[in-house]
Amino acid sequence: MEYSALYIKEAQAIEKTKGSLLVTRSVPGIKFEEIVDVQLRSGELKLGKAIDISGETSIIQVFGGVSEVDLVGSRVRCKGETLKLPVSIDILGRIFNGMGEPIDGNPPIIPDDYLDINGEPINPAARMPPAEFIETGISAIDGLNALVRGQKLPLFSGAGLPHNRIAAQIIRQAAVKGKEERFAIVFGALGVSYDEASFFMRNLEETGALERSVAFINTASDPVIERISTPRLALTAAEYLAWQHDMHVLVILTDMTNYCEALRELSAMREEIPSRRGYPGYMYTDLATMYERAGRITGKEGSVTIIPILTMPDDDITHPIPDLTGYITEGQIVLSREFDRKGIYPPIDVFLSLSRMMKEGIGPGQTREDHNNVFMQSYAAYAEGCYLREISTIIGAEGLSDRDKVYLNNADAFETTFIAQGETEKRTVEQTLDIGWQLFANLAEEDLKLISEEFIKKYHPKYRAAPEE
Amino acid sequence: MGKIWRISGPVVIAEGMRGSQVYEVVHIGEEELIGEVIGLDGDRATIQAHEDTLGLRVGERIEGTGKILTAELGPGIMASIYDGLQKSLTSLMSGGELFLKRGAKAFALPRDKKWHFTPRVKVGDTLDEGHIIGVVPETELVEHRIMVPPGTRGTLKRIVGEGEYTIEEPIAWVEQDGVQKELTLKQEWPVRKPRPYKNRFDPSGLLVTGMRIMDYMFPLALGGKACVPGGFGTGKTVALQQLVRWAQTDINIYVGCGERGNEMADVLHSFTRLREPKTGRLLMEKEVFIANTSNMPVIAREVSVFIGITLAEYFRDMGYDILLVADSTSRWAEAMRELGGRLEEMPGEEGFPPYLGSRLASFYERAGMVECLGSPQRKGSLTVVGAVSPPGADFSEPVTQNTLRIIEALYSLDVALANRRHFPTINWLASYSLYAESTREWWSEIAPDWADIRASALKVLQQEAQLEEIVRLVGPEALPENDKLLLLCARMIREDFLAQSAYHEIDTYCLPKRAHLMLRTIMKFYELAGAMVNSGIPVSEIRSSPMVPRISRMKDIPSEEFEDRIAELWTEMDASLVGG
Repeated sequence: MEYSALYIKEAQAIEKTKGSLLVTRSVPGIKFEEIVDVQLRSGELKLGKAIDISGETSIIQVFGGVSEVDLVGSRVRCKGETLKLPVSIDILGRIFNGMGEPIDGNPPIIPDDYLDINGEPINPAARMPPAEFIETGISAIDGLNALVRGQKLPLFSGAGLPHNRIAAQIIRQAAVKGKEERFAIVFGALGVSYDEASFFMRNLEETGALERSVAFINTASDPVIERISTPRLALTAAEYLAWQHDMHVLVILTDMTNYCEALRELSAMREEIPSRRGYPGYMYTDLATMYERAGRITGKEGSVTIIPILTMPDDDITHPIPDLTGYITEGQIVLSREFDRKGIYPPIDVFLSLSRMMKEGIGPGQTREDHNNVFMQSYAAYAEGCYLREISTIIGAEGLSDRDKVYLNNADAFETTFIAQGETEKRTVEQTLDIGWQLFANLAEEDLKLISEEFIKKYHPKYRAAPEE
Repeated sequence: MGKIWRISGPVVIAEGMRGSQVYEVVHIGEEELIGEVIGLDGDRATIQAHEDTLGLRVGERIEGTGKILTAELGPGIMASIYDGLQKSLTSLMSGGELFLKRGAKAFALPRDKKWHFTPRVKVGDTLDEGHIIGVVPETELVEHRIMVPPGTRGTLKRIVGEGEYTIEEPIAWVEQDGVQKELTLKQEWPVRKPRPYKNRFDPSGLLVTGMRIMDYMFPLALGGKACVPGGFGTGKTVALQQLVRWAQTDINIYVGCGERGNEMADVLHSFTRLREPKTGRLLMEKEVFIANTSNMPVIAREVSVFIGITLAEYFRDMGYDILLVADSTSRWAEAMRELGGRLEEMPGEEGFPPYLGSRLASFYERAGMVECLGSPQRKGSLTVVGAVSPPGADFSEPVTQNTLRIIEALYSLDVALANRRHFPTINWLASYSLYAESTREWWSEIAPDWADIRASALKVLQQEAQLEEIVRLVGPEALPENDKLLLLCARMIREDFLAQSAYHEIDTYCLPKRAHLMLRTIMKFYELAGAMVNSGIPVSEIRSSPMVPRISRMKDIPSEEFEDRIAELWTEMDASLVGG
């Protein structure tokens, strides 16, 4: 944070405290959302933010809680600034806390600039639609839910599911086909356990990605209020690297559920009227102002891609957190407990997962011409297999026709060969598509309605296997 | 004139505001942020700020403008991209600025651009409100008709000759009650007030969307109002984008209210490529975009919706057919809820303000088919389609329910269909249109048997739903042959007719005539196959007939050769689908 010895305005009259809020008599000249210092009797300083100001009172939210504040000896001093992150290219390779202060034992960075952590909305007319395919090496993502640069694609998980391992695998393997470009990772840990945070850090270190990464870590024991600023700091750093240093930035935020809980806690403290399940009515907007910072901009080289991770409370996708997230993000990768139990890694749910930007990122020039057809046909065949699986549990497999049995078996094969893969296995998109074709070979050719005849002739194993020489 | 007394999020309370009026536009602070007075108490005014209030101080000045929030209407609207306050987003980019700065100003209409104006009236004419005094070719697709603004009437004293004029230059002088009024190409209208018209008619005629399930099964009439509720991932945005792309209306307006920036970028970019099927001109020339993405100020969401509908009414008054699409009205409702909470109003259901229903109605009710004011005599229509994003795809929530009370056509998007990747995900069992009767006349010219074919196809789908339940218990093989055939046929209707990919080169847009022939072919198959089943041929044999894949590939047939190829197909069907 920027420190200056000269305080302009000061208030001594703290009237009351409540949760992490302080109510003071009106501080003259205080700005809305301004950052203030709260000086305790001992001389210790805490940071706070003015969240409601009027001619009579000012309400200050104190970062780090109001412990040790007393109504007589503490004072509130204005710093004349809203919350800003000091940035320079040297943030790469560094680890910060939820207030943007370094916690890796190295000295503070020498900033080029101070950026408002709320950022500014990208002019919609200046946006470029995301279209560059990112190869993650994971078939269930590349083949069925392709990720593109500038997209925001969350991982919807549940307690105990391997979302962190998948995110780590994406970090290790993600690349844009045929390109070597400036690439950075920004990692925001929100209220996660120490183990989870260190898992990611170790991962970054082991793959040598640490020097092109920035981490902002707010663990479960850190102040709740800092959880609100942590993702914003991470995104501010990402925007800085993307728009001022032309880097392609992948932002991983985990766990957004903790963020939303923090938002609810603070909202309750402010006595706001709650919306569904006690979450504040502005949660959609609050999340959107962060996720919308992903994108590509006309005339800029860099990009910001966001993969937020959230655990769905009780695996309920209609819970307000995943629900509102799904309305903002461009699709979602949903993890399935059923697959996890069956031992399928990555346990990516085929039906519930979706990437809205996929169409733009696949096809000739990006992946392969048959990508969309293979996707549609695999999906349809698997859906039919699952439907038959459901029926066969009631009437038994004997009640099915021979054609139906083929589809039933195909669904099993699809799960074990297409979806399932090793944690260190990096499949190219061609390999992924070819696995799809291998499975089509078991189906009747006239049933491949969703594939154009041209591609069948070109890629179907039957025709490919035939010696051309 | 006034001073800030309190700031709480987007709500600003000012003192010293005696003399201001409710809904008056004010400029807040040194940056002159735009706000609207929403309540008065003595000399204190409650103001909703349409821009971010971060960094404002108590005591900063507030200046009233004496005007309520208006839309600027005149040449230059077409092909524009506006923010929620009708600032031109392209003008905001002019200095190379790619982000939206607080307090940045931009005019809605270019001030220096000269438009070619051709007068259509002569000195001495008696002009009434809405009288067309001349025209400006705004784009190749849209002729902008310059009208006498509502509230002005009288004798034309002077009018400029054909030539080039800016929107601010006077072009005509009208004497009204002894006072001379100057008219320009531009006029203004308060956004919350419906524009007047002479007469209102029932919606009629089909709004051709190019989407089979809408045009054929649940037709939308010109001047109608419809809503499209759907959980996330149901393809709501794609469906609405298809509407503004292909709807056969004169002008389409797309209001992106609290939605994704990337999607907006996607629509905008697609419009720089797509061409109008009839004229080959860029589609952009008949479109207006209002982009208030979810990270832009919340309070401006409400205004964005009303700006959109005011622009739409203005063009309707010229005698055009307009389609307005608002995506999503739920975000607007949430903005109302947020504001209501800040104002400490008594909340209604789920925290939404109790006036939610009436506010939604005041928007949708501006749709309609009207006889416009003034001469020449003309009809215009404004069709409104609003998206609703129900939390958890639960349609019992207040926004969906309040909307259903107002609209007459429902396109219910279904998560289960999305999971099966059946697009558009409009559920044929849950959707309805009360315009089937009012579009019958239109359809009878294209396809006299439309109503019968539609009814029988819907019946097949209805029966399928019932059979599905039995299938779940006994399996498909245990059904009688007639029912198996019905399932086959229902599947053909679903997959080969209702499903329509927005990304398919040919099938993305389907003319009504073509849609009719497609469904007619499937129903013909059903008839012929029914006769085969009756003569003892098993359905498994019918299923493997080469006619089945031929029918499913109907979508790939280019439009030029469609009728010939279908005629061939019918001949072959008659020959091959015969009982043994």
